[in-house]
Amino acid sequence: MAEALLEVRGLSRRFAAVDALKEVDISVDAGEIHALIGPNGAGKTTFIHHVSGALQPDRGSVHFAGRDVTRLSMHQRVAAGMARSYQITNVFLGLSVLDNVALAVQGRPDAGGSFRFWKPVSSEQWLFDEARGYLDQVGLSARVETVAGNLAHGEQRALELAMALATKPQLLLLDEPMAGTGQEESTRMVELIDHLARHVTILLVEHDMDAVFRLADRISVLVDGRLIATGAPEAVRADPDVRRAYLGDHL
Amino acid sequence: MAFYRPARYQKPFVILLLLALLVLPPALYAWGQAFYIGFATRILIFALAASSLNLVLGFGGMFSLGHAAFFGAGAYVAALCMDNGISDALLAFPLAMTVAGLLALVVGAISLRTRGVYFIMITLAFAQMTYYLFVSARVLGGDDGLPLAGRMTLGGLSLTSDGALFYSALGCLALVMTFLGRLADARFGRTIQAIRDNEARMEALGYPVFRYRLVCFVLGGALAGLAGALLANLTGLASPNLLQWTQSGTLLVMVIIGGVGYLYGGVIGALVLLCLEEVLVGFTLHWHIGLGLMLIAIVLFAPRGVAALFGKSNG
Repeated sequence: MAEALLEVRGLSRRFAAVDALKEVDISVDAGEIHALIGPNGAGKTTFIHHVSGALQPDRGSVHFAGRDVTRLSMHQRVAAGMARSYQITNVFLGLSVLDNVALAVQGRPDAGGSFRFWKPVSSEQWLFDEARGYLDQVGLSARVETVAGNLAHGEQRALELAMALATKPQLLLLDEPMAGTGQEESTRMVELIDHLARHVTILLVEHDMDAVFRLADRISVLVDGRLIATGAPEAVRADPDVRRAYLGDHL
Repeated sequence: MAFYRPARYQKPFVILLLLALLVLPPALYAWGQAFYIGFATRILIFALAASSLNLVLGFGGMFSLGHAAFFGAGAYVAALCMDNGISDALLAFPLAMTVAGLLALVVGAISLRTRGVYFIMITLAFAQMTYYLFVSARVLGGDDGLPLAGRMTLGGLSLTSDGALFYSALGCLALVMTFLGRLADARFGRTIQAIRDNEARMEALGYPVFRYRLVCFVLGGALAGLAGALLANLTGLASPNLLQWTQSGTLLVMVIIGGVGYLYGGVIGALVLLCLEEVLVGFTLHWHIGLGLMLIAIVLFAPRGVAALFGKSNG
């Protein structure tokens, strides 16, 4: 069995009187696509926030690549090799597609930091060359000069992914990458994620069950902040608890 | 917003302006209007102070209402330097910048943990604390402030003549604007502008947002300190008025009418505001009313500041 890249233990978080997450244990093995599914409001995005460091848990721990990152801030976790995409597109709408990704390259620890006050960024050609490479990967090479705000929704999703990739993550946290995309776009996104998974471990939150069952090596099911099942897709599909709580007759 | 990009023809325009300013003092002497050299110096100094706030507000997106604390601190350091026999600006000015920068470091390290209206209030509170501290300290002259025994020298050159001080202020402003222009286009400038637009996204790209913000805040404070030291030389006094929150307000107004986030926004704003004031004072005692009306007009007809009228640069 592969070694766990991400190990979440006993993660709990209350918001007012609601248990958003309760004693959640999830481990993601290096190299797999691990899907996290559950009905709306089950706590999937909250879980991603806790893994990425945007929120701090009340109890529990997050280990990443053998290291306890529970108390690390978001930027430290990114530097450690974790990148996330957002459920609601979160790119710099006023910047060109290329500038968006170049900014992500510039932020990487191996880029040497941004306390540089004199040399124009335009003279650092490598930032943009690398950025173009990531845009190639997600199929946006024809749109590099476009202002991100003028991209179609599906293209913005792809840009979001390119920015995450540009941080050279070991683990990619994808929060509903297919959200709001059309049939054709989501087919392309599935192919893209499948392709990316050869180089990077992926924790995928997604509502599109076709996509989940096509992509996932393992699936965890979250309901009302509790993990009710985790395992291979077929086992999860057959699990009576899962069928009752969430999937119903969809499968 | 997009990253700052200079407007078309900005560079030749700035060079022309610089040349015009270089011949301004002899021209004013020739016309017998030497009094205006002091006024022009005042504009240059406020242009520098407003530009330092524009770095923090326009580029860094930090709405500080306490910038006067750093401006005033610079003036007091200059006065204290004179008192203690440090009369060379080459030493006193960097010292003023250091002290103002350190003060900004303390204020920023605490304030930058808050956001939005809390940040505005906490910077205001710090500035007012600084004000009361200075007013109540007898060694700092209390309400009267600290007078300077005379003007400094700059590497042996006396700044006693208005022309010499004018040229020093012009030199400082030119250096600072060159620096800010380079900064805006360098990694640091892109970083703080992107943080201004979307802080959480930058954090998620691995940027230690707090650190970049703090450095920007400290740089702005240090440059305000330089402006304060120059002003103390011009007026011969480090006055507690410089530390007042109304002073922060004046600098804010300059940046807003000049153009928030435009490199020359602070310069244009200082020029417009001080000239308006000067002209209106000549007409009426109630010049504040006129000034207010003019400002409303500017905000209505150039909501992004006067700099925005010179061409698209900040998409």
